[in-house]
Amino acid sequence: MKSVKVYGPGCKRCETTAEMVREAAAKLGLEVEVEKVTDPKSIAMAGVMSTPGISIDGKLVHAGGLPEAGKLEGWLAS
Amino acid sequence: MSDILHHEHHNERPSHRPDWLWHLGVAGFVAVWWVVYHQLIPFSEWITSLVPVERHSHTGEAIAFFFYDVPKVMMLLTLIVFAMGVVRSFFSPEKTRALLSGKREGVGNVLSAGLGVLTPFCSCSAVPLFIGFVSAGVPLGVTFSFLIAAPMVNEVALVLLFGLVGWQVALTYLAFGLGIAIVAGFIIGKLKLEGWLQDWVREIHSGAGGAELIEGERLTMVDRYKLGIEAVKEIFGKVWIWIILGIAMGALIHGYVPEDLMVRIMGAEAWWSVPAAVVMGIPMYTNAAGVIPIVEALLGKGAALGTVLAFMMSVIALSLPEMIILKQVLTLRLIAVFIGVVGSGILAVGFLFNLIF
Repeated sequence: MKSVKVYGPGCKRCETTAEMVREAAAKLGLEVEVEKVTDPKSIAMAGVMSTPGISIDGKLVHAGGLPEAGKLEGWLAS
Repeated sequence: MSDILHHEHHNERPSHRPDWLWHLGVAGFVAVWWVVYHQLIPFSEWITSLVPVERHSHTGEAIAFFFYDVPKVMMLLTLIVFAMGVVRSFFSPEKTRALLSGKREGVGNVLSAGLGVLTPFCSCSAVPLFIGFVSAGVPLGVTFSFLIAAPMVNEVALVLLFGLVGWQVALTYLAFGLGIAIVAGFIIGKLKLEGWLQDWVREIHSGAGGAELIEGERLTMVDRYKLGIEAVKEIFGKVWIWIILGIAMGALIHGYVPEDLMVRIMGAEAWWSVPAAVVMGIPMYTNAAGVIPIVEALLGKGAALGTVLAFMMSVIALSLPEMIILKQVLTLRLIAVFIGVVGSGILAVGFLFNLIF
């Protein structure tokens, strides 16, 4: 089971990103745990400067803007 | 990691659309845009002629104004936002931070204000960005130059000023917006207020700040076009309603509000109008799109340019909701200094403009 964190202060794009992660995981048949991180301190500590950011199993893979669906699946699969 | 990203880039691009087709498509779009843009006056006259009102009546003026300005602004926005989206794809907050960290004040403030305009930025990530900068050793004043320039000098404001008021005013706005960001950041830096950050921010500041960075992806030109298109979609989703409402309001003022009223309230003679405009702008929170069409109509009716620009800058750069967001990282004292310094800059610009124009 992969642990995915979506970093963002709770704007609409962050919600969409979390939803996209779930969809991509469902498509790949992967079990993931999606956690939304909204606290600015934690966001900053993770090294995310532009939101939404995504980390998978502790590794930051994306920051700033909505991810592309194709890339998202690639990150989850690898 | 970067290998994987690379690989995917090539796979995921639709293979049936080769690069040259994209280049051709963008060139074709610009050509069509150019032709249509130059047909807008006949178009608006034609629409107005369909409405059964006297062309030179108040209503006729208002309708012609509306049907000329709305398509014009929409078209300008599409082109410029797309172009800026492509340009911004060459920049990122991470690269900007690397460029700015350890820069001396002065040079750093100038660079920072410029990068504030070019780096992709959303006010919702102002706090993480602020911490990211400060923790990487970007001086506080230099960080402020970035945070002032980024929202104030934006392409939506510039396009609207250019389209509705004129290129001279747009250019002056650009110059003074950057000027305020540079000078205000410089002054805040000189005041040495690092101690006025919230405690936890200082801890990150002094501790091991630099968290892991995402390795830079290499983008192809087609990826950049796509980012430009994304930018257009996003901006339009946010501002179209404000543009239409704003221009409709502008059209009403254009047609109906008596001229001498505005001259009396917002003319250059009334010295108190500039501070009043700045104070009024603080609690208002709208994007440039909502405020500028009104600005244009006010100008047309004799409101002084400096007063109107001061109002606009205050609405965009000093907004209450943004202060509430910044409260997470700045103490109230620091926010007060920020408002004081930026507000004085805006006041100065307002008075200066009323004097010159």
